Amino acid sequence: MVAVAAPGQPPRLLQHKKALVLGGIVLAWVVLWVALRNVGTLPLGASELTPLHRWINDVNDAVGASRNSSPVFLYFFNEIRLVIDEFVTFVQALIAQPSFGRPVPVVGWLGVVAIAGFVSLAAAGWRIALLAVAGFVFLGLQGLWQESMDTLSLTLSAVVISLLFGIPLGIWAGLSDRAHRVTTPVLDFMQTMPTFVYLAPLTLFFLIGPASATIATLIYAAPPAIRLTAHAIRSVPRTTVEASESLGATRKQTLVKVLLPSARKTIVLGVNQTIMAALSMVTIAALIDAPGLGKTVVKALQTLDVGTAFNAGLAIVVLAIVLDRVTTAATERRGLPRWALFGGLGVTGVCVYLSHTYLWAAEFRTDVEIGSSITRGATAVTEWAQDSLPVLTYGFKDFVTFALINPLQALLAESPWFLVALVVVALSFLVGGLRPAIVSAVCLGLLVATGLWQDAMITLASTLVATIMVMVLGVVVGVWTGRSRRADRVVRPVLDAAQVMPAFVYLVPFLALFSASRFTAIIAAVVFAAPVAIKIIADGVRAVSPAAVEASTALGSSSWQTIAKVQLPMARGALTLAANQGLVYVLSMVVVGGLVGAGALGYDVVAGFSQGQLYGKGLAAGVAIVVLGVMLDRLTRAAARRWTN
Amino acid sequence: MARHSVLGAVLVGALALAGCGGAKVGDTSSGATGDCGTFNLAINPWVGYEANAAVLAHVAEKELGCKVTKKELKEEVAWQGFGTGEVDAVVENWGHDDLRKKYIDEQKTAVSAGSTGVKGQIGWYVPPWLAKEHPDILDWNNLNKYADRFKTSESGDKGQLLDGDPSFVTNDEALVKNLNLDYKVVYGGSETALIQAFRQAEKDKKWVIGYFYSPQWLLNEIKLEKVKLPEYKPGCDADAEKVACDYPDYDLDKIVSKKFADGGGPAFQLVKNFQWTNEDQNTVAKYIAEDKMKPEDAAGKWADANADKIKAWLPAKA
Repeated sequence: MVAVAAPGQPPRLLQHKKALVLGGIVLAWVVLWVALRNVGTLPLGASELTPLHRWINDVNDAVGASRNSSPVFLYFFNEIRLVIDEFVTFVQALIAQPSFGRPVPVVGWLGVVAIAGFVSLAAAGWRIALLAVAGFVFLGLQGLWQESMDTLSLTLSAVVISLLFGIPLGIWAGLSDRAHRVTTPVLDFMQTMPTFVYLAPLTLFFLIGPASATIATLIYAAPPAIRLTAHAIRSVPRTTVEASESLGATRKQTLVKVLLPSARKTIVLGVNQTIMAALSMVTIAALIDAPGLGKTVVKALQTLDVGTAFNAGLAIVVLAIVLDRVTTAATERRGLPRWALFGGLGVTGVCVYLSHTYLWAAEFRTDVEIGSSITRGATAVTEWAQDSLPVLTYGFKDFVTFALINPLQALLAESPWFLVALVVVALSFLVGGLRPAIVSAVCLGLLVATGLWQDAMITLASTLVATIMVMVLGVVVGVWTGRSRRADRVVRPVLDAAQVMPAFVYLVPFLALFSASRFTAIIAAVVFAAPVAIKIIADGVRAVSPAAVEASTALGSSSWQTIAKVQLPMARGALTLAANQGLVYVLSMVVVGGLVGAGALGYDVVAGFSQGQLYGKGLAAGVAIVVLGVMLDRLTRAAARRWTN
Repeated sequence: MARHSVLGAVLVGALALAGCGGAKVGDTSSGATGDCGTFNLAINPWVGYEANAAVLAHVAEKELGCKVTKKELKEEVAWQGFGTGEVDAVVENWGHDDLRKKYIDEQKTAVSAGSTGVKGQIGWYVPPWLAKEHPDILDWNNLNKYADRFKTSESGDKGQLLDGDPSFVTNDEALVKNLNLDYKVVYGGSETALIQAFRQAEKDKKWVIGYFYSPQWLLNEIKLEKVKLPEYKPGCDADAEKVACDYPDYDLDKIVSKKFADGGGPAFQLVKNFQWTNEDQNTVAKYIAEDKMKPEDAAGKWADANADKIKAWLPAKA
């Protein structure tokens, strides 16, 4: 449509016209909403089911009933389970669990600390090695050594298996367009389908134990490695590949000698993202008996013991920060003097031997600890916040709810479904063109088919509000940290913590501050999603050429003018990427929102996990979340492509 | 040069450390196990359940010499485990007619092992200050009078009835409709959300009415008052759409896997004989939830004071 209108019209006029059409659509929507309010909204009560939901229940029951007789189970799933179980148990035996007839693991704390230090030294240098050693000792001081090692074993196992399959798949998707087209929607599905939906079936297929927990983790954690590997291979300049081919290299040689080395940095970033994603699954996996820190968190929260839960959550954060810094620094190749390498190896060997042989080096002493102080401190802070802040926070919650959430929700959920569908398709066409419009139409059709249209609209309203808040925070904090190195150093650990701290640790006080409400769910999503947006925008601002900024300053622009006229416009690629990722991350918190008062799709999924007769509905709600995700993702991408070109 | 000195230092350090020694791994031997074998006990995620399980595990380990493997699982997953042989017993079951039908009647992988002696109640509760200032609120007939006071940002122009944990069946939407109450059911979505709401309501004298249940450790801390709904009569909840009566009292029971029951070992005898009271459970739950004791320690403390009760649970031969 742009192509048709373009000749003869200056672009500014075209944009002006587009805005007019946009305004017209919204105005027509509001008018029709007044006329047709509460007609054809397709509601479904909390305990009502559609035939589709019942059918899914029946399928689920049939699969369960055939478990002990079906050859698929006996020879296929059982074999997979055995291999993974053995692998994880072996890693646990090495560092976490009493094993081989010994009361302690093969390698005790001193050995693990030494190995962590040495690996960090070799991969990432002195400073990171110090950080790793300090971090691991801190885990012991928290009184959570064994739990942390269990979590580390499970996480590393899931990551290793993810990479084993993920990197080859990523290479394939990087080389072949067809593979890329096939894997993309599958990966979308793996990343946005709420874990609660497949947690119970997993234990049916792979039994209760390490295998199920590992597989649950890797379903969520593998996609970043695959995506980034594919992306890395695709980004290698055409000319480089052609040069290699013209020199007579075979495909294999081109791959090994040219593509992989140039893609190395991005692939390591994928590994990093996979590790982070695996760590964010720790608490959910605890619901099917995954050992480690997640169990401590879940158990503490049964009695609303925020202090203990925070201590365990902090251990997850420490693990995440150490692993993140090591893998990030590993992208830069660095040489280490030989003597340091051998010396480190020697020290590590001795420490491993000692920790294998002597009790003092095997088990962390329990009388030296700071865990109980952390617990007490977190409890005190929580109590103070719960006692003194609600006066303010309740007002804020009510303001946002009445000014923003309620109107948007009324418009989306109380309009007839066909009206909303029409508006969304029209907007998609306007923003992205024909293809996005078709994608949106298909997605909206699927939403109707799940039988959960109204719930989906309520969730969509909250998702949009959360994304707006994420972007506001992202621009403000992102520009700040992008412009100042010092600010970045202070803020970054906080962002990391917000991404991997189990949500419920901070949701308990949030429930006191904002009560069980859609707003609380939105805040939870913002806490989780804002760090990604902030990091992306900060990177974007930093990447703006210093020359442009200097020129602007030299022309006498104030800081504000430089930000508004130079840095933000030049970082718009980052801005759109931040909006896109912010949206995806917000959607991945829909289920957590269902646990704190969001209702709608999030609650449907949670209830489906808890009550057998609602299983089908929970699965349908999970699919609805995926569909919403795909629709919004494709739409923002299409919009971004038009805007940045 | 540098390399040699570093390696030398390492070796010297190693010898020094090895020489100064300390207790070696494997110096102490661990306890023996009896003829009971392994007992796979599911732990469902609430404190009352944990209390039952902790005491059972304590007795099974100390008196019968079993090796108890605790598996922390949600109810659905735990029942599924009966069929796959990974769970032997669930020791506090709240009704769950859907699971009974599927696993006891249809798949025949589970059987009931009798009552735990604990009585469960589900209903609508208000904080004590509210019951004291407006005693008539405890009768459902007067609920509409107060509907305005229960309004929140989530309930529109109606009063908010806060529902919580999706693990339990709720008829609240049907109840509100069929009793013509001017309320909207708002789904808090978790037990945590309910507990925080009630705690705050009592502390700041806020108006909250919500779905809750007993026994629950919070009731030791805040004596929530139950609102009287039209009396429950058998069958009045047969049609989920037309329910207009209170929830039934639940006789909380134990469910075990068919294989475990058929084996009839000492651990099964123990689970079958296990019975105590709401008060007993509340005591242990209080140790865990309020005194922050570890479940093992809480169970031990209770067991030391109640040796006679435990004796009655032990298998006849032992």
